[in-house]
Amino acid sequence: MTYMKKPSVRHPDLPKNELGLTRRDYEGLVSTLCAGCGHDSISAAIIEACFELDLPAHRLAKLSGIGCSSKTPTYFLNRSHGFNSVHGRMPSIATGANLANRDLIYLGVSGDGDTASIGLGQFCHAVRRRINMVYIVENNGTYGLTKGQFSATNDKVSQSKKGEANLFEAFDLCTLAIQLGAGFVGRGFSGDKGQLVPLIKAALRYNGFAFLDIISPCVTFNDHEASTKSYGYVRAHNEAMDRLDFVPKLQEITAQYEEGETTSVPMHDGSMMRLHKLDKDYDPRDADNALAILRKRYERGQVVTGLLYVDDDEADLHELLNTTKEPMNAVPMSELCPGSGELEKINKDFR
Amino acid sequence: MSSSDVAVKSRGMRPTDISDPAYFHKVVDCQWACPAHTPVPEYIRLIAQKRFTEAYMLNWESNVFPGVLGRTCDRPCEPACRRGRLQEKPVAICRLKRVAADYRGDVSDLLPKAPKKKNGKRVALLGAGPASLVVARDLMPLGYTCVLFEKDPRGGGLMRTNIPPFRLPEKVLDEEVGYIVDMGVETRFGEEVTSLKALLDEEFDAVFVGTGAPRGKDLNIPGRDEADANIHIGIDWLTSIAFEHTKKVGKRVVVIGGGNTAMDCCRSALRLGGKDVRVTVRSPRADMKASDWEIEDAEHEGIPIFDNHQPKEFIVENGKLKGMKFALVEAEYSDDGKRTLVPTGEEVVFECDDVLMAIGQDNAFPWIERDIGIDFNEWEMPDVDKTTMMSTRPGVFFGGDAAWGPENIIWAVAHGHQAAISIGLFCHGKDLKAERPAPGASLVSQKMGIHEWAYDNDYSEDGRFVVPHQDQKITLKDLKAEVELGFDDELAYLEAERCLNCDIQTVFIRDLCIECDACVDICPVDCINFTGNGEEQDLRPRLRVPASNLSQDIYVSDVLKTGRIMAKDEDLCLHCGLCAERCPTGAWDMQQFTYVERQANPAGQPNCMAYIK
Repeated sequence: MTYMKKPSVRHPDLPKNELGLTRRDYEGLVSTLCAGCGHDSISAAIIEACFELDLPAHRLAKLSGIGCSSKTPTYFLNRSHGFNSVHGRMPSIATGANLANRDLIYLGVSGDGDTASIGLGQFCHAVRRRINMVYIVENNGTYGLTKGQFSATNDKVSQSKKGEANLFEAFDLCTLAIQLGAGFVGRGFSGDKGQLVPLIKAALRYNGFAFLDIISPCVTFNDHEASTKSYGYVRAHNEAMDRLDFVPKLQEITAQYEEGETTSVPMHDGSMMRLHKLDKDYDPRDADNALAILRKRYERGQVVTGLLYVDDDEADLHELLNTTKEPMNAVPMSELCPGSGELEKINKDFR
Repeated sequence: MSSSDVAVKSRGMRPTDISDPAYFHKVVDCQWACPAHTPVPEYIRLIAQKRFTEAYMLNWESNVFPGVLGRTCDRPCEPACRRGRLQEKPVAICRLKRVAADYRGDVSDLLPKAPKKKNGKRVALLGAGPASLVVARDLMPLGYTCVLFEKDPRGGGLMRTNIPPFRLPEKVLDEEVGYIVDMGVETRFGEEVTSLKALLDEEFDAVFVGTGAPRGKDLNIPGRDEADANIHIGIDWLTSIAFEHTKKVGKRVVVIGGGNTAMDCCRSALRLGGKDVRVTVRSPRADMKASDWEIEDAEHEGIPIFDNHQPKEFIVENGKLKGMKFALVEAEYSDDGKRTLVPTGEEVVFECDDVLMAIGQDNAFPWIERDIGIDFNEWEMPDVDKTTMMSTRPGVFFGGDAAWGPENIIWAVAHGHQAAISIGLFCHGKDLKAERPAPGASLVSQKMGIHEWAYDNDYSEDGRFVVPHQDQKITLKDLKAEVELGFDDELAYLEAERCLNCDIQTVFIRDLCIECDACVDICPVDCINFTGNGEEQDLRPRLRVPASNLSQDIYVSDVLKTGRIMAKDEDLCLHCGLCAERCPTGAWDMQQFTYVERQANPAGQPNCMAYIK
């Protein structure tokens, strides 16, 4: 958090993308979150991902609810569309926007309170309906804005900053998303951009409901010794299932892996995800396997990260509803309202 | 360890030793570039705070002639200014220095005084230019008896004789020379030393030679002798103007040469009655030696510059100069960059009444006997030790242009300080190198609160401000009318705000870092990295923005918890402190780095010494 405007001056050698933009062109206002908040790193990862994807900012809409996490869309992509909605109601806005205009990329940013508590019902239905969007939960296990009460994703073993015990088991949002039928489910950590940026890039290019649970330490209320969402704990217990390379359309695959197994997952727009397995038990296309791994590793105190599940052939809401390609707002008035003569004709049929 | 850190390397660059004063000193580009190591950012802050007297004294400690240098310095600090690397113009450091001088209050009580009781050591200073004056300033307060010899009737050296008054008013020079001479220097003005041997026979404990490079180069081409009455050596001509022996010049004047002396000659000629004044240069314009701003000022006064003009002949008719013949040339560069000027075959004649030659100057030591233990090299220059300024004869020191050929005032000042230290050590039988005082440095945190720093860290987006000039209707008529008016206090404030405070260092405390990346994300110029270590040539290209400026260091931490290191490219850091504001644990701190080059008289460094242990 700072009172000073971030200087507009930039490094003259800053790389440019296909659009001639630098990553700084994807920034927003200076964050007012606490210094060191994981959320700011996630914003930076989103900026990096959009920059690397050569995304025109006006093709993207940022949607959020209420909470520290939901403030963050102000801090990135200030030339994109945005809607800061009611607490827990971001999925409704996303659904409506997506039905009205299927051509934009929808990026929902929510928190563990906004998604796992007040907005749990909305979240479940958005997954169930296969909205074509990226749904990011910036998960810090605590209600930071109201001074650090346990949230529904705080692990039972994880105590509060003052040492209070947590009485309840946590929701695992990735498990929930897979069970509800999300076609792309991943977990990242705000402190590991090397893993996070490709995950966000792949999610943005995925056609269907892409869910990312991103562990994001709350430096003020949940970054202490007894927390399982602290920088230290996540670093020590992070179990990456895979390493993901996102290969844009028309680009040669250059990454070479020496061992393990690599799966290529084609995306709708011709780009490619290359998944390199780091764990022999893991199969990214097997939902049962993913659920089993999530449960087992959680019991061992491990934080499973990476792309956990992907269905590269999932139908989204528009396909399910068989909607027209052309959104209403693009249909000319003469067709939308053909006039009273046409109405007369129709009415005649019923006489 | 997370997935992206698999390739972490354990070997590579060693953690940066920030306790070495040289490390952070290099980050303060302007101070590092200044031969006298003037603490530039600190005096610019004082100017912004309208503390002009303090700003003046801080300058005076280091460079002794702030009023003179604020108008005439070669400003090596400005090309070094970090702002210039941000696709912008550097801060107008030199003209801000002038503001400190123009607006200072009475400094007489702040100047060191020479003690009544002398220490019994007598030092002869030859030539009353900047180098000798600095030696006197440093030694007088310690009780030395300084005897200043000068062939001209007044002190100041080339500052008086070669810099015309429209660039440097006499009053400014008189004041600053006066501060030194008035400490009780014994002056022997108008007394030219013709034999060093004879001087050495007098009872001096040490002799300092600061006689400059007084011999202007001549041009031996046809017509030289016949037209002698109207051909003038630039520096001699300027000197005779300074002492009012020359008061006018012909209507048509040709100036030969492309250095700063040529610019002073042509502009002086314009003020002494020249109507058609032209500058001719042998080389292409881009290779001219004069500072850009001095060329600009000459052209602004309507003086044309003819480049690629090689002088061939002085045309003489009836024993009088009629004109000057030039061969036109073209520069050709060989593969190794060596330049040859190839004649195109074309020739031109410029008719003129006077020719001024400003084609360089040489040292000349006809008055130094070659059998008194002072070794001279093949170019007839004395062998002088780069550190101690001492010649091969113990007790005889050289400085300024006399040491290694023509430089500039600020180098002469730097030489003077070093020579004074040596003379002090020498007179007390100490070793000039082993017992030389090391520079002092300190780091002081600037943190006052969560978003509060003891310095103004906000970044000014303003471009460089232009110094207002006096109306040419006035200046071209009057040799003594100063052309530049200087910044007023408001322009000075705005210009001062452009300074990036490069002396406020980003200090990284590894043990506090939790590797949250907040600093990486906020840095406006992408200079902070957390990455696997490697050798420098491996590390530089894989930073967020490849660190291609090899003259700027990479600040490297010891290994962090994830096995990575912090690597910061110092090149374009704005010193805005956003990394430190964003750091949740205080692993980054903004600390003011004060660097002090020691002088012979530490008590004469009160402003600097206050910060140093």
